[in-house]
Amino acid sequence: MSLTRLLAVAKKEVVQILRDSRSLFIVVIMPATLMLLFGYGVNLDLKHMPIYVFDRDGSQQSQDLLKRFQSSEYFKVVKVVDGYPAIARALDDGHAKMGIVIPWDFSQRLRDGGPVQVQALVDGTDDNTANVLIGYAQAVVQGYSAQIQLDWLRQHGQSLQPAPLSVETRTWYNEDLESSAFIIPGVLALVMSVIGAFLTSLTIAREWERGSMEQLISTPVSAMEIMFGKLAPYFVLGMFDTMVCALIAIYWFHVPFRGSFVTLLISSALFLVVVLSLGFFISVIAKTQFAACQIALLVTFLPAFLLSGFLFAIEQMPVALQIITRILPARYYVSLLKKIFLKGTPTAMLYGELIPLAVFAFVLALLATRSFHKRLE
Amino acid sequence: MPDQENSVVVENLVKRFGTFVAVDRLCLEIRKGEVFGFLGPNGAGKSTTIRMLCGLLKPTSGRALVAGFDVARKPESVRQNIGYMSQKFSLYNDLKVIENLHLFAGLYSVPRDKLKERIEWALSMANLKGQENLITGTLPGGWKQRMALGCAVLHKPPVIFLDEPTSGVDPISRRQFWDLIHQMAEEGVTVFVTTHYMEEAEYCNRLALIFRGKMVALGTPSELKRDSMKGELLLIECEPLSKALEALQSAPDVSDAAVFGNALHLVVKDAAEAMPRMKQYLAGRAIAVNRIEQIRPSLEDVFVSLTTARDAAEEVKA
Repeated sequence: MSLTRLLAVAKKEVVQILRDSRSLFIVVIMPATLMLLFGYGVNLDLKHMPIYVFDRDGSQQSQDLLKRFQSSEYFKVVKVVDGYPAIARALDDGHAKMGIVIPWDFSQRLRDGGPVQVQALVDGTDDNTANVLIGYAQAVVQGYSAQIQLDWLRQHGQSLQPAPLSVETRTWYNEDLESSAFIIPGVLALVMSVIGAFLTSLTIAREWERGSMEQLISTPVSAMEIMFGKLAPYFVLGMFDTMVCALIAIYWFHVPFRGSFVTLLISSALFLVVVLSLGFFISVIAKTQFAACQIALLVTFLPAFLLSGFLFAIEQMPVALQIITRILPARYYVSLLKKIFLKGTPTAMLYGELIPLAVFAFVLALLATRSFHKRLE
Repeated sequence: MPDQENSVVVENLVKRFGTFVAVDRLCLEIRKGEVFGFLGPNGAGKSTTIRMLCGLLKPTSGRALVAGFDVARKPESVRQNIGYMSQKFSLYNDLKVIENLHLFAGLYSVPRDKLKERIEWALSMANLKGQENLITGTLPGGWKQRMALGCAVLHKPPVIFLDEPTSGVDPISRRQFWDLIHQMAEEGVTVFVTTHYMEEAEYCNRLALIFRGKMVALGTPSELKRDSMKGELLLIECEPLSKALEALQSAPDVSDAAVFGNALHLVVKDAAEAMPRMKQYLAGRAIAVNRIEQIRPSLEDVFVSLTTARDAAEEVKA
C-alpha cells in the first residue's frame, strides 16, 4: 500500500466533490434539511386535534363539559354545530377528527342522578390516532364526572375518601414524552446512509461510466488504494455530518444528550464503514450510476427508515420482521443513538449493539475489497 | 527474463468472449524504440489486444511480455513500466489541467524532488504551458489528447500504448501529436499505437494489419506496399465513373477495382501489359479514358486488397 498513490486518489476525490454542486448539496444541505424535516414535520404527538361539538342541551352543565374539552391541550373545538349532518361532513372531509354530541336531556339526567351518555363520533381511518383520541375523550369526561361526584358529596356534607389505589408515574429518559426526542437521534442513521451508500455508489459507478476507471486501473495504483482513497473523503464528510446533526439535535431541538460523545463518534464511524463498504460494493456490481443509486437506496436508506426502529418500534413488528431486523446494521446504530442520546447508557453496556455493528463493518469492508478487481471484465 | 532487444513479445495470444474470438493466435515482437502501428477496421481486435498488453484484460491463452514482465502474472510490474491512453478520452473533465497531472504523478509515484520538473516537462511537451488552471473539460480535442499523453508518460515509461489517440482530432493537431510520438521514440521509448487512419500508419516504423482478430500482414509501410499486393496497381481517370467501375469489376485480368477520389484503382497482374487492353476495353463500352498510368500502391490499397482477399478466401471455405 503506497500512501502517495492513496493520497493522490483521495485528493482528486475531494476536488471533485467540492466542484460538483450536487454532491456538495447532499453533503452540506441534506443533513440539515433532514433534521429539520423530521424534527418539525414528523410529530407523533397528538395535540390540538380538531373536534366539532353538537350541544343538544345547551345548559350550564353541558357548557361546563365542553369547556373542559376546550381547555384540554389535546383538543381544539373548531366549530359548534347544530346537527349530525355537519359532524358527518366534517369527519368526511377531515375538518374534524372527532365529533362530541351532548344529549338533549344531559342536565336533566344529571340532576336526577341517572347515568348520562355523551356520544363521541371518531374518524377511525388512522386507528392509532382514533384510539388515542378515544382515551383522551374518556379522560375528559371522567374528569368532569369525578367533579360532579365531588360536588354532590360536598353538598351532602360528606368528605371525600381517598381512592385506595393509584398509579404514580414518572417518565424516564424522555421526560416530556416529546416524540421529537425519540425521532431526531435516529435521523443520523438516515443521513449516514445517504452520504455513505448513495453518494459513494454514484462516485464509483461514474468512473466506470465515463471510462476514467480504465485509465485509473492502467496505472500501478492498487485496488485497495483506489478503494481507500475514494472512500476516505466520504468518511471524513460523514463524520463531519454526524457532528453537525448531533449539534442541531442538542442545541436546536433540545434533545437530551446524556451519553458519551466518544461512544457516539465510535458508533458513527462503525456505521459509516458499513454504509461506505456497501456503497462501494454496490457500485462495483452495478457499474452504472442509475442502477447503483437505486440499489443503494433500496438496501440502506429504506431499511434504515422502516426497519431500524427509527420510527416504528421493533418490538411491535411481526416476529418474522423482527428477525430480519437483526441482519440490518441500521438497527444497531439507531438503538445506539437512542441509548446514547436519551438514556446515557454507559459504554460498557452497549456491547450488544457495538459488537454486531463492528462485525458488520469488518465483513462488509472485506467484501468490498474482495469485490473490486483491476480488470475490465 | 527481460528481453534486451524487444520491448513487447507476444506469443499465440488469444482472447475469447464467449464463443467470439476477438484476438486469434497473435504473435509479435516489437523492438525497443520502435513506433509500432496496429492497423485495422473497428472491431478487428485492436483495443482488446492493447488492453491485454496493459494487463486490463486477462488473455484466454498465449503469453505476452511487456518490458520484460508477463502481463498475466505480473500486471502491476507491467503497469509501472507503461503509459496507456485509452480510446475514449478518460482524464477527469472536472479537474484542472494541473490537477490531472498531479493525480497521475501521484499514481505513478513520481518522486517528490522530480515532481516539478516532470510536470513542467509534460506541460511543455503538450504545449499547455500557461493553461494549467483551465478545466480539462473545456479544452479542445487536440489539447486533450496531448494532455492525456502527458499524463501517461509522467513517469518516463519505457513502453507506451496509445489506443486510437487521434480519433476525432483535427488534422493539424493530429500531425502535432505524431511529432510528439516520434520525439519520444527518438528518446528510446517504444510506442505501440492503434489507428484506423491509413495516412497515420505511414508514420510508423512497422505495421501489423489486423482483421477479424487475425494478423494479415506485418512489415514496414514500404515493405507492405511492395510485397503485399497481389499484382500491380493502375490508376484510371474516366467518365462516367460508376459505369466504368461496374464494367471493370467483371473485366478479365482485373482482380480488384475500387473508387479512390475521382479515379479508379485497378489491381492487375502486369501493369504495362494491361494498360492498352484496359483503354480498349473501356472505349468499347463508350467510356472516355482521360488518364491511365501505373501507380505505387498506398497502404489503403494494400489494406483493401488484403482484406478482400481474406473475405474471398473465407467465403470459399464457407
